Amino acid sequence: MSNKKKIVIVGATSAIAEHYARLWIEKQPIDLTLVGRDAQRIERVASDLKVRSSESDIRIVQAVFLDPQAINATVESIVKSGRVDVVLIAHGFLPEQADCQDDLETCRKALDVNGISPVIYAEAFAKLMAKANYGTIALIGSVAGDRGRKSNYVYGAAKGLVTRYAQGLQHRFAGTGVKVVLIKPGPTDTPMTAHLKGKGAKLAPVEDVAKQVFEGVKAGKPVIYAPGKWWLIMMIIRHLPAIVFNKVNI
Amino acid sequence: MKPVSSWGRLSADPHYVVPLNDPSKVENLVCRGPQPGVAHGMGRSYGDVCLNSEGTLWITTGLDHFINFDESTGRLVCEAGVLLRDIQRLAIPRGWILPVTPGTQLVTVGGAIANDVHGKNHHVLGSFGDHVQSLTLIRTDGELIHCGLNERNDLFAATVGGMGLTGVITQAEIQLRRVASPWLDTETVPYANLGEFFELADDSEADWEHTVSWIDCITGDGGRGIFMRGNSTNVEFRPEPEGRKLSIPVVPPVSLVNRLSLRPFNMAYYHLKRWQAGPAIMHYQPFFYPLDNLLEWNRMYGPKGFFQYQSVVPREVGQDAVRAMLKEIARSGDGSFLAVLKTFGNRQPVGMLSFPQPGVTLALDFPNHGERTHKLFERLDAIVREAKGRLYPAKDARMPRDLFEAGYLRLNEFMKYRDPGISSGLSRRLMGS
Repeated sequence: MSNKKKIVIVGATSAIAEHYARLWIEKQPIDLTLVGRDAQRIERVASDLKVRSSESDIRIVQAVFLDPQAINATVESIVKSGRVDVVLIAHGFLPEQADCQDDLETCRKALDVNGISPVIYAEAFAKLMAKANYGTIALIGSVAGDRGRKSNYVYGAAKGLVTRYAQGLQHRFAGTGVKVVLIKPGPTDTPMTAHLKGKGAKLAPVEDVAKQVFEGVKAGKPVIYAPGKWWLIMMIIRHLPAIVFNKVNI
Repeated sequence: MKPVSSWGRLSADPHYVVPLNDPSKVENLVCRGPQPGVAHGMGRSYGDVCLNSEGTLWITTGLDHFINFDESTGRLVCEAGVLLRDIQRLAIPRGWILPVTPGTQLVTVGGAIANDVHGKNHHVLGSFGDHVQSLTLIRTDGELIHCGLNERNDLFAATVGGMGLTGVITQAEIQLRRVASPWLDTETVPYANLGEFFELADDSEADWEHTVSWIDCITGDGGRGIFMRGNSTNVEFRPEPEGRKLSIPVVPPVSLVNRLSLRPFNMAYYHLKRWQAGPAIMHYQPFFYPLDNLLEWNRMYGPKGFFQYQSVVPREVGQDAVRAMLKEIARSGDGSFLAVLKTFGNRQPVGMLSFPQPGVTLALDFPNHGERTHKLFERLDAIVREAKGRLYPAKDARMPRDLFEAGYLRLNEFMKYRDPGISSGLSRRLMGS
């Protein structure tokens, strides 16, 4: 078996995840498994990474995001080929809040893809990492999960689910060889936020966010706000009394 | 709608900003537009070639994926939003380098092709387009076309240097060249006047791959400067320079480049460089990209922004024309700090509207003082027109249409290849649509 680090990325076409992978392979050749739904889009990411690091082993796994049996089988097959050092669970999509209110199907999809699915994936990895007593599970949450706001509370609720789940998982694995890292990006310049950019929103460069994810995961930090200023902003927002909060248009 | 500026920061008009992130969706996005758009990469061109006030900009920086790199042949295939910096980082450790690179590596491949950019080695390797084997173009009628040296080379010649007006470039195949190390053997030689510059340029062409010079257009008798030349070398195992980046954090209320500062700037720079004259081993980054570690340096010209004025005039009249331009600048009292004088080699460009042509090119920066600056440009235009030269559209925000038409003789031929769904500030100004 090779001595390369084994990194798994679920939702590999997510911009943060992709830049995270680029940071890894810039440093050293790795054994990388990219998991995603759309074969053509993962292929694009994989070819790019292959050009950047021809010595890395890059595998593609096409997978579904909601069927627990299928997820379990996918994760087992990934872990079977070697002990996983880090799994980054990064998939998600940003719905328009108004669409979630108008169309319950969108509402449900937002909850499923951003909340339920990452948790099932994490749980499947947790089961196997617990056995090995080794590995890092990194989950991408969001600052939106810190407090429900009218502008995106369905998405926020799903990310809040991930937050609470990660807390529990950290509690479960405290003192073991398994680490759990929760990343809470602020608004980041990615394809997911392209419509916000068009409206002139201020977005953090994805390279910077990925770099903080990379450093934070390496250090095994329990919670990473990226960029770091969001820790302060969200602390204030979390603590605003309702009488003030309800008057704020955010 | 979102305000967007180009590198000169002369305007910040609202644009519909449409990011192109997924190559398979580009067709849909560029076809659907209610009004014409134009591709926009890093926004490093100085004027309005990458702008489309009140219209659509298709942002290409998300098309940043490598597709294939053959290390045995140096053939690279990548998406059009890949930065030249990323190519250099990828290729140089593996013994390959971009054959031609402009003075900043923070530009996209698509932008480098659309403006057919040149570097310090024009006399040896031509411009960027000379090394593009083929490219993929998406037209706003939804057609996806491969063109290159072996197929549709007419459309290819229109697209190289075509300012993005023939379609959206989404992918390119580039031939890199062998390089032994990231280091260059360089020599810095001061010159006292234009005559000496031309002698140095002629003497250097045979033995030096890269030649460029900084010219002091304010102090001295006019025309003194610092000539720099370099060749790649096989020195290795030196510690790479630290990539420490500084940034101009805010836009100062007035231009830091002004009548008060220019004289001491130029005097100090000339004497500092003269003092450092002689041979030196230099890393490719400071040699090719001296300003890339000073982030947002364009802010130093203050809130009104700045113009670049880059001309090329034929060699026979080059010395007289350059002297006349320097004289006009001195007379105006304004001046330029980032003044670059360089000879182009005797070769025809690939693109119908490519800027480089045999002769000598002078690039100057001027803080925007409105009317006063435009008056100076009119006098410089007259010299360029008389010399049968032309101006560089990638730098331009103001040239008159007749000067453009006089300088670019293949314009009519080019117009046949334009995509009617694409329009930029520059195309409306200089081509009427």
